[in-house]
Amino acid sequence: MSNISGHYAVVGVAETKVGKRPDASTHSLHLECIKACLDDAGLEASDIDGFITNQPLNDAHRSYAVRMANMARMHPNYATDLALGGATPIAMVQNAVMAIEAGMAKTVLCVHARKRGTPDPTPGNPIRHGDEHWEEPWGHFSAVANHAFAAQRHMYEFGTKSEDLAHVAVATRKHACMNNNATMRKPMTIADHQASRFICEPLRLFDCALESDGGGAVIVTSAERAQDFPKKPVAILGMGQHHPHFSLMDAPTLTTLGGKKSSELAYKMAGLSPKDMDFAEIYDCFTITTMITLEDYGFCKKGEGKDFVKNGRIEVGGELPVNTHGGLLSQAHIEGMLHVTEAVRQLRGNEVEPERQVKDAKAGIVSGHGGSLCMHASLILGAL
Amino acid sequence: MSETSDSRGRNIRKVRPFLEELEAKPFWAKLREHKLTAQRCNACGKFFSFPPQGSCPNCLSTDYTWTQLSGKGKVYSFVNYHRAWHPSYEGKTPYNVSLVDLDEGPRLISNVIDCPVDQVTIGMPVEVVYEDNEEYTLPKFRPA
Repeated sequence: MSNISGHYAVVGVAETKVGKRPDASTHSLHLECIKACLDDAGLEASDIDGFITNQPLNDAHRSYAVRMANMARMHPNYATDLALGGATPIAMVQNAVMAIEAGMAKTVLCVHARKRGTPDPTPGNPIRHGDEHWEEPWGHFSAVANHAFAAQRHMYEFGTKSEDLAHVAVATRKHACMNNNATMRKPMTIADHQASRFICEPLRLFDCALESDGGGAVIVTSAERAQDFPKKPVAILGMGQHHPHFSLMDAPTLTTLGGKKSSELAYKMAGLSPKDMDFAEIYDCFTITTMITLEDYGFCKKGEGKDFVKNGRIEVGGELPVNTHGGLLSQAHIEGMLHVTEAVRQLRGNEVEPERQVKDAKAGIVSGHGGSLCMHASLILGAL
Repeated sequence: MSETSDSRGRNIRKVRPFLEELEAKPFWAKLREHKLTAQRCNACGKFFSFPPQGSCPNCLSTDYTWTQLSGKGKVYSFVNYHRAWHPSYEGKTPYNVSLVDLDEGPRLISNVIDCPVDQVTIGMPVEVVYEDNEEYTLPKFRPA
């Protein structure tokens, strides 16, 4: 099979205002994203023939994609919901490429919105993770704890400290302060991080992502057609996924995750290596996730993340700007959808606030991570 | 906040094992007799991991035997909950949740008890203790 690196491109992106959106429901946020993304690409709803959504957390039901498509009066020839947690937005883009490559669609819209910052007026029940009945009887309830297990192992195996994780939170906040559409815009210091309370020790409040309302969307089409769109197209150069376990009871290790294999697959498809990346948008549900993923993606050796994240290296202007939008930690938690849109906007070169624009950005990698540290997807984007 | 809904009015699951789970019934039944068991494959000899399932995760054989374990193991990782996610844990923080690697191989998510939370360490040897509730018995662990 031939390598499809560079054969497909993102030609539209959108993100809603994020934070607390009591004015919105899960459905209305999706529709807001769809409209803004169509406008960005200069398209009408009738131009979309492929449509992909994430299973909504608050109201998983049969084909959310078909329901949403209908609300916007799209009549796609390909539609699906994906369910890979925080790896879903990248998987959506990958699925869009696959649908076009397979000849089932030409122009695919991927959308994900989330309503966790304020109560969701949409009916429905929260989605199950899967093994709650093997966890909750022992008082184990939360994603924070799953990642705290990993942080504890990282500390044990490599001598990482809470103060090291603080550097991730502080750098990410610095970027959020430059982003007009970020929730947390008050500068954070290492001391602020260290003074924040433990949620699930060893993770503190400032190691944790926000709970947000908001959404994002992208439109994917062939590189051939991409030149006809109003905005500068951004090429899809590499894609990978890897899912090494499901439950933490099955995890072979907690300090090397699916990102290692997933990024290797993406680099291979792109014919690029970590040193070719001008920036990285790394899924940051918790600071430890960023650190482990930076190691897994080959930006430093395993266990050296604690040093890599210091001295401005992961800030705009540093060696590898990471989460230039403020990430899930400080911009908003839309399960990584805004990591994808941010990478596209960085590569367009003229859309983000100038102080957080990565100079001469030609290629960047995006990570998505979900479940009990068990799902992973990678995407390399670059100039077409 | 009540047992069945949180401050946003969303349903909260009851904190109890699903005793009716087909593949797990023998596990919960043996715990009532204070025996900790796991599935062991009769084809390849390996222990299954938890949660229980219908065929061997190593060779997919459906021929297995619920086998009694020593109840001894080591802490693989642990956390201290400082926040109560469920009303039944309010006032009980900080409390320990650990990944316990049993000597025979399988891992359980459980609690290290009879030990101050700041004394638990990775690699610490532990042994099972049985916590009897009205409807079910939970395996928990204490320093060995």
